[in-house]
Amino acid sequence: MKRLMIAVVPLLLAAATPMLLAAGKDTAAAKPAAKPAAPAKAGKPDRNALAYQAMLRSFKPHGQAGMDRLKQDYTQAECSLYAPDDPPPAIVRKLMERNQAAIRYPADGKYLGDWKQGEKIAQDGFGKQYSDDPNVPSGGNCYACHQLAKDEVAYGTLGPSLYNYGKLRGQSEAILKYTWGKIYDTKGMMVCSNMPRFGHMGILTEQQIRDVMALLFDPDSPVNQ
Amino acid sequence: MKLTKTAIRTAVGLALGLGAAATLAYAQSAKDDPVAEYRAMFGDDNPAELWQSRGKDLWEQPRGPKNVALAAVCDLGLGKGVVKGAYAQLPRYFKDSDKVEDLDSRLLTCMVRDQGLDRDTLLAHRFGDGDNKSDIEALAAYIADQSRGMPIKVALTHPKEKQAYALGKALFYYRAGTHDFGCSTCHSQEGKRIRLQQLPDLAAADGAKEAMTTWPAYRVSQGEVRTLEWRLGDCFRQQRLPEMIYASEVPIALTLFLAKNAEGGVMAAPGLKR
Ligand code: HEC
Ligand code: HEC
Repeated sequence: MKRLMIAVVPLLLAAATPMLLAAGKDTAAAKPAAKPAAPAKAGKPDRNALAYQAMLRSFKPHGQAGMDRLKQDYTQAECSLYAPDDPPPAIVRKLMERNQAAIRYPADGKYLGDWKQGEKIAQDGFGKQYSDDPNVPSGGNCYACHQLAKDEVAYGTLGPSLYNYGKLRGQSEAILKYTWGKIYDTKGMMVCSNMPRFGHMGILTEQQIRDVMALLFDPDSPVNQ
Repeated sequence: MKLTKTAIRTAVGLALGLGAAATLAYAQSAKDDPVAEYRAMFGDDNPAELWQSRGKDLWEQPRGPKNVALAAVCDLGLGKGVVKGAYAQLPRYFKDSDKVEDLDSRLLTCMVRDQGLDRDTLLAHRFGDGDNKSDIEALAAYIADQSRGMPIKVALTHPKEKQAYALGKALFYYRAGTHDFGCSTCHSQEGKRIRLQQLPDLAAADGAKEAMTTWPAYRVSQGEVRTLEWRLGDCFRQQRLPEMIYASEVPIALTLFLAKNAEGGVMAAPGLKR
């Protein structure tokens, strides 16, 4: 896959600015995608519509998973339409803005919870499947895609290793905020990322995000040993 | 091959802590490699052979209200009763049903229309579980084995085949649900894994071949033979979508898309899977 990595991270961290939105805009505007834009949507058969109509005929509601789950939001639609390529730059900008605006930072300014709870959430693959009890809180299943604690060798590789995350990056306001944003809605920075939008889509609660944040940052956490 | 069902169950139990891992595609622990453990105990014996021999009987014996054998009436694409090589050329367009059909769908068509069997009963038993056996899974194991060694070949000549391919591709990249997942999230990069489970890159020829030549498969964790339709339905569950309807348009189109990507791959099904 040749997905362009559109990341505002280095810039953001260098400037140590909390202004994610502005940074995102600047980066996207200053560095348009290196490859020619995909053909305009108009005139091209809408393969999302094709898939959606067939899915309405080929699925049935089951448990907590109703037919509404088949319908795409704006981000999902744009990220599907051009795949495996990225959307054209103008759409990338819009996607970033929308998803950055969706991020809710903790009202009390507390980013870090309990890493022991965080480890449980990172291990837990439960949640949101039709076979799952909707009354039990969902896990984050971070280990499905990331290396975290060194002792856990059954980790996936869809995402980068997060081993020593806090040790390597410290705990500045900027890095805490950046990381919160990644977990809450990474599509504000990496528009068509394979990582779920845990906060925006209501997979994890604010407290659960604090707990996985602590797993990443707490000096006592196995991630930083 | 001398494997008894009891021996298989014991092996599966030993390897998996008695079925605990049956549906926990995500929560596999580090030490679990049931397929390797299975091989250590039984070598390359594939219990699917038990399904194959039952499937052969089901294919050859007259059954249903019409008391005819599938071997006499069922056209899998190469003519009535022809099984040799038929699976390697599915899914395809069938004039008699005016539909593109995969193996599961085609078997249903033949069993309902030609043998007069009850569709709802067949569907209720589509996934076997111990004594509750699936005729479709047994037939699929037999028919797939009859294509062993043959290259996957899909025509894509009929307009409905072309439509199904386009739909399959659209579905592959369609992201939706609480986690924004599409097939492409997990299956469009090489060498990635979820926990310890390898994820084939199904958009590329190598990954698609690896997958498409080895289904249907005996699933060690379930002690059953499963068809690709089961696999797709379970991936959709992991995608947090509602339930995929068996033998409907979506799995058939996806299968055609994947089979085209896998063209030329040499059939080696039924395979042996976690
Ligand atoms: C389905 C796969 C998947 C899951 C599950 C997942 N991630 Fe990610 N994650 C990714 C991918 C892919 C990236 C790289 C792209 C990006 O940054 O969005 C990433 C990036 C990140 C980053 C940024 C790393 C960096 O160096 O900047 C953090 C932090 C992160 N993930 C934390 C988490 C946490 C915490 C969880 C669980 C609550 C989690 N991820 C679950 C796939 C996943
Ligand atoms: C969230 C992750 C995820 C998504 C989304 C997903 N899959 Fe899978 N898929 C898996 C995993 C994990 C396995 C391997 C399971 C195992 O080892 O038992 C797998 C296995 C498969 C296989 C069998 C591969 C083989 O060689 O045996 C096929 C085919 C497949 N998936 C197709 C699809 C299709 C088509 C879609 C979309 C409809 C899809 N998957 C969506 C995780 C996913």
